[in-house]
Amino acid sequence: MSAATTTYGVEPSGPKPRRVTPARIGIYAFLIVAAIFFLIPLAVMILTSMKPMDEIRGGNIFALPLNPTLDYWVKAWSSACTGRDCNGLAPGFFNSMKITLLAVPISIILSMLNGYALSFWRFRGSELMFGLLVFGAFVPFQVLVYPIIFALSSVKLPWGGTLFGTLPGIVIVHSIFGMPILTLLFRNFFASLPGELFKAARVDGAGFWRIFFSVMLPMSVPITIVAVILQVTGIWNDFIFGLVFAGRENLPMTVQLNNIVRTSTGTVEYSTNMAATILTGAVPLIVYFVSGKWFVRGIAAGAVKG
Amino acid sequence: MATSVQIKDLSLNYGAVKVLDRLNLDIADGEFIVLLGPSGCGKSTLLNCIAGLLDVSEGQIHISGKNVTWEEPKDRGIGMVFQSYALYPQMTVERNLSFGLRVAGMPKPEIESRVKRASEILQIEPLLKRKPVELSGGQRQRVAIGRALVRDVDVFLFDEPLSNLDAKLRNDLRVEIKRLHQRLKNTMIYVTHDQIEAMTLADRIAIMKNGVIQQLDNPHTIYNKPTNLFVADFIGSPSMNFLKGDLADGTFTTNGVSVPMGSYGFVGSPNGKAVLGIRPEHVQVGEDARKMPFQFESEIEIVEPMGAETVAWTTLAGQSLTLRADAEVDLQPGQKILVGFDPARGSVFNAESGNRI
Amino acid sequence: MGKLPAIIGTLPMMIVAIGVFVIGIAFTVVLSFTNTKFFLINIDFVGMRQYDILWSTPRWLQSVANIWLYGFGHIGLCVVLGFLLAVAMDQRIRGEDTFRTIFLYPFALSAVITGLVWQLMLDPIWGLQAYVRSLGFADFTFAPLANGSTALYGMIIASTWNGVGVTMAILLAGLRGVDEEIWKAAKIDGIPTWRTYISIVIPMMRGATATALVLLVVNTVRTFDIVIAMTGGGPGISTQMPATYVIDSINARNVAQGTAGATVMLLPIAALILLQAFFRWRAARIKARAV
Repeated sequence: MSAATTTYGVEPSGPKPRRVTPARIGIYAFLIVAAIFFLIPLAVMILTSMKPMDEIRGGNIFALPLNPTLDYWVKAWSSACTGRDCNGLAPGFFNSMKITLLAVPISIILSMLNGYALSFWRFRGSELMFGLLVFGAFVPFQVLVYPIIFALSSVKLPWGGTLFGTLPGIVIVHSIFGMPILTLLFRNFFASLPGELFKAARVDGAGFWRIFFSVMLPMSVPITIVAVILQVTGIWNDFIFGLVFAGRENLPMTVQLNNIVRTSTGTVEYSTNMAATILTGAVPLIVYFVSGKWFVRGIAAGAVKG
Repeated sequence: MATSVQIKDLSLNYGAVKVLDRLNLDIADGEFIVLLGPSGCGKSTLLNCIAGLLDVSEGQIHISGKNVTWEEPKDRGIGMVFQSYALYPQMTVERNLSFGLRVAGMPKPEIESRVKRASEILQIEPLLKRKPVELSGGQRQRVAIGRALVRDVDVFLFDEPLSNLDAKLRNDLRVEIKRLHQRLKNTMIYVTHDQIEAMTLADRIAIMKNGVIQQLDNPHTIYNKPTNLFVADFIGSPSMNFLKGDLADGTFTTNGVSVPMGSYGFVGSPNGKAVLGIRPEHVQVGEDARKMPFQFESEIEIVEPMGAETVAWTTLAGQSLTLRADAEVDLQPGQKILVGFDPARGSVFNAESGNRI
Repeated sequence: MGKLPAIIGTLPMMIVAIGVFVIGIAFTVVLSFTNTKFFLINIDFVGMRQYDILWSTPRWLQSVANIWLYGFGHIGLCVVLGFLLAVAMDQRIRGEDTFRTIFLYPFALSAVITGLVWQLMLDPIWGLQAYVRSLGFADFTFAPLANGSTALYGMIIASTWNGVGVTMAILLAGLRGVDEEIWKAAKIDGIPTWRTYISIVIPMMRGATATALVLLVVNTVRTFDIVIAMTGGGPGISTQMPATYVIDSINARNVAQGTAGATVMLLPIAALILLQAFFRWRAARIKARAV
């Protein structure tokens, strides 16, 4: 309360006068400084990708481009070199697309079935299976790399060669490693549904598949969106599986990006590198900015990544 | 008696929504006030305003003669008990009771004596070394009351303290709260949506709706002379029977049936469209009905034996009528029986304003 | 009876749980006691020899030392900053959604991208050092990646940039999960806000804190992508990690050595699981005592 009102004998009434306290200023200052720290790399990425190396020289990474150009984006997309091939990131983009479009639906459908069965159709050992699966979410991939290489190489394809280093191979690997988190996600979702719903469908005479397709699937749209977001960003951002299992013909965008950057000769050409980086990050970033709160919802369940 | 809590023209708005609307309430020293109403009526909001947990939009709050509108909760001389108990889970009962006093820097011996007194009053001495997870719901709520007790304050605020307990425990603790009030003689403000709690505990009940107090009176008056249709309908279970009709020259007519109002004490201008309210227990059947000023023949439709009593459904002039009869009275669905009541014990409301006339 | 379709429906899960996780891990552990090069031919069991080699290889020893330092730095920074951010976000601030979006977007980016951007930021000729020098501070030095003794710190900065947002989101969810009436009770008791956080709210957030910590530990043990993208393990071997050692060993056709490293990487995860089992058991015991 201000001194003036007290002097005039006016009683405190209505809302308490708000003062801007140092604590509040401190909170905002902290948040803004933090926000700047988080935004700087994005700004540097964008600025650098639109100006030649001459303009970056001499400590000008934050300077606006004098003549903004998308030349480096074009170069990164179509003509940057990895080793002797100079096809840019484009092949990697299409490889990542293929891998993502195949692995996302497969892993989600499998995991949805798991979650559904684990919530409503428990059988002897189902909880043990689930426990093992969740345990798998914590195991470092490196522990399983060789066994999987070995297993995939043992599967001979009719048209020659093995599963190792093929598109189906990498899709299988992504489906395996997506399963623990997604199963957990779907199990928790189905467990939160009223059990009466399931009982009512049972009383109506529906069986495992019927209940799944007619009752559960239509109700799972929101959680499926979360799962899709989780899997699209997870698979798109994957590096190590693509590196090890995809084979030279199917290298995903992240691996190609790294190869392009490693290939630069002489001075590092940051302009092209940053353009390539933005192009590679574009898909998950768009997914992130469009999905907003959905993404945050998926985080608690899916924050495990490489 | 001296005023303990005084609320003057209190309003609270969230944007255009008025949660409390120019509300006035004077609470006497040592009085037990119950704020009662359906959810969303503003009763908890009012309590939070008194506690200083919500900033008011307009008006003033005085506690023990001091204007506390802008004071911090801890400086208002209040203690509060919450529905979820709100005990600090990582602390023992003893520490839960003493934590606020320690933070305030009170000398150790004083803290000890206060904790001792509170735990004696509430009989929680054996629990002092336990943590909240190791207590039952009733024990937790007792500790929560103890936390308000050690503050040694003038006014106790209860925010639906018994709602999380099962029915039997709720009854036991209700009696204990009443005993506590008789012993301490503090002012208590108690929020609930349970009318039994309100009727049994309160010196006065404030019935709220849409941020406005509808009626503030002792339980007997609230029950027998409800001030409007809302109060009449809200209090009482099974709820009051309402017959729609017209009132002219001391006679209430509904669907062609005339009910002479006899010695009913009208206030204001009584003629026009009206609603007659009759409590189910004022409706008599069989021999008892013969003594009633108004009688009619009717058919029993549904019978609900409740153990101590029987609730039955019949009709009067095409409108449903509930009645409460002794469990010994033999009632059967389809049975034709004489039904009667004393209109003077009923309540008549203006059909448009809903106010008692 | 009706369970058969459920078993068929979860067949892929059982294959993965047993075929990949159980048998795969067992396979790795068994191979670590052999002299397998790459193909499973002419294999002998050699006892602990791979582990003797492992623990006398400078690069592995450096990797283990690195992951401790990196782990403490990364996890410590993420938890402290994440908690401070979460508390700041919890103060009914304006623009909460905007701040959240900003703090979280790095997490949507792959570790490879994180590594590449920060490589530029920390490049002595092009990055922050050059920028600050251009402002007139000619002696300013900030180029951790150029030097083997500091490169790991540069990596900690980058990975923290990537991971703080998630820690914040989890801890904020924990803060918001605290019963509002606890806050009210503390206000009535006259406990200052900072004291309420320290004495009441933080102890109540064990679940959220544990979740955040487990995720951080699991992700730290796996650290691979960011090393490849940012430093390639250098300068020298100064930023090598167990994960890169394992992959490089397998690539170098020394599978047994790689699986020995991988088996050691399982230990912290095993420790986590034991720890969790212990806490569960203790919680159950406390609950049982209450009745």
